Amino acid sequence: MSLEPTSPLGAQASTASLGPPLWLLLELTYRCPLHCVFCYNPIDFSRTALELSTAEWIRVLHEARALGSVQLGLSGGEPLSRDDLETIVAEAHTLGYYINLITSGIGLTESRIEALKKAGLDHIQLSFQDSTREVNDFLSSTRTFELKSKVAALIKRYEYPMVLNVVLHRLNIDHIEQILDMAQEMKADYVELANTQYYGWAWHNRERLIPSRAQLEHAEAVTQRFREHHRRMKIFFVVPDYFERRPKACMNGLGSVFLTVSPDGTALPCHAARMLPGLTFPNVREAAVEWIWRESPAFNHFRGDAWMKEPCRSCPEKIRDFGGCRCQAYLLTGDAANTDPVCDLSPHHHLVTQMVERASVPGLAVEKPLVFRDRRNSQTLSEDYTRIPRSAQ
Amino acid sequence: MSAAGGGAEPSSPAGLQAKPTLGHGLRLQWEPAQNAHVLLYPEGMVKLNGSAGEILRRCNGERTVAEIVAELEAAFSTDGLTADVTAFVAVALQKHWLELRE
Repeated sequence: MSLEPTSPLGAQASTASLGPPLWLLLELTYRCPLHCVFCYNPIDFSRTALELSTAEWIRVLHEARALGSVQLGLSGGEPLSRDDLETIVAEAHTLGYYINLITSGIGLTESRIEALKKAGLDHIQLSFQDSTREVNDFLSSTRTFELKSKVAALIKRYEYPMVLNVVLHRLNIDHIEQILDMAQEMKADYVELANTQYYGWAWHNRERLIPSRAQLEHAEAVTQRFREHHRRMKIFFVVPDYFERRPKACMNGLGSVFLTVSPDGTALPCHAARMLPGLTFPNVREAAVEWIWRESPAFNHFRGDAWMKEPCRSCPEKIRDFGGCRCQAYLLTGDAANTDPVCDLSPHHHLVTQMVERASVPGLAVEKPLVFRDRRNSQTLSEDYTRIPRSAQ
Repeated sequence: MSAAGGGAEPSSPAGLQAKPTLGHGLRLQWEPAQNAHVLLYPEGMVKLNGSAGEILRRCNGERTVAEIVAELEAAFSTDGLTADVTAFVAVALQKHWLELRE
């Protein structure tokens, strides 16, 4: 892809009206006890350098808070893999963040949840994943069910709202009714049914994960029925954007409200953006968060609309969707400045409809083996990826 | 995810003797970077306008709506705020920003 430097005027204009990075997501670690095929973490996570130390994370918290960050997500990998999580939470609480822990629940013992509560953790989002490699046993894995139920009960006992996140894909979406029954049994207050978004490992496995149109419609109908009968539990159904005709307003525009810091300190305007070629993403080990947010070329690159191509550039809807997702544009068309092909005005829209078509017509789906997110697969696959992360060079 | 936005069940009109308090799990704080009070909830945030912030920060479960009205009228040297405050409190109860305990 071609990367013209942002014009000084454009950069100035966008920086002048630039608000704070209200949302700060710290991916504390890529370590994870699970091996989910739909993980958005980068394929080459095994190549990333050492994780930031406790003191470095705390410095990031201070610098970002001074800029105005206020919603904090602690994620990963599995953030509970860090044994300094309680220290990080306590510091964040003192600074005034509202702290959301995004976890698989594995490792969330009673002593840890008690310590986290005491440290000032505000909210826990428990994700339901396949914890075994037998994806087809998704719901019969009693070990998983018992563990999740136990964690769910702990979350309740410590007076957190029970927020359950379930990633849906071709291999589990037909179990939607059992999934909702399970959520009901766990006394979930909120259930987010998040259809897989195709980045990282999920992109690699996309042909096996994308549901058919019929599957999706069935899942929506079941969800609607469930909503009518169980009003106490609030259900959010996130439609996969490949089935839409207009793109999502991804990150509300790159570099507008969202800042991610990945385990090795690389700062990103979106947790998937590490893949975008031609941009040098700054590292909090080498640069201040304020410079990263306001001045760094990588964060300024996709601000404003100077980078846009047609049909976005002259489209009145650009103020609403910002051209969609840059990572999706890059993955599907090879150029991150193209219109997100989810948009039916994109000359590449057929790439999306063909994928949906292949998933929907019996016999057309490609039966490639699923690749699990683990260190060995990461090392093998990274050989195929031409771009070596800066941190590993 | 909007914990504070959801509920559609009708709220009881907030009487002047009601003692509203912030909804469970919500936090109200002043954000200098936004020059505003914000209401924080799981994975979300509402930026409040001036009067919403002034009302909500007085809702601590101890003051009655009548006392809040009196305080605001004194603080801003004005009167006749009862209708505005009760209307806002009703909306905030409906959105689960506020709740009535007891």
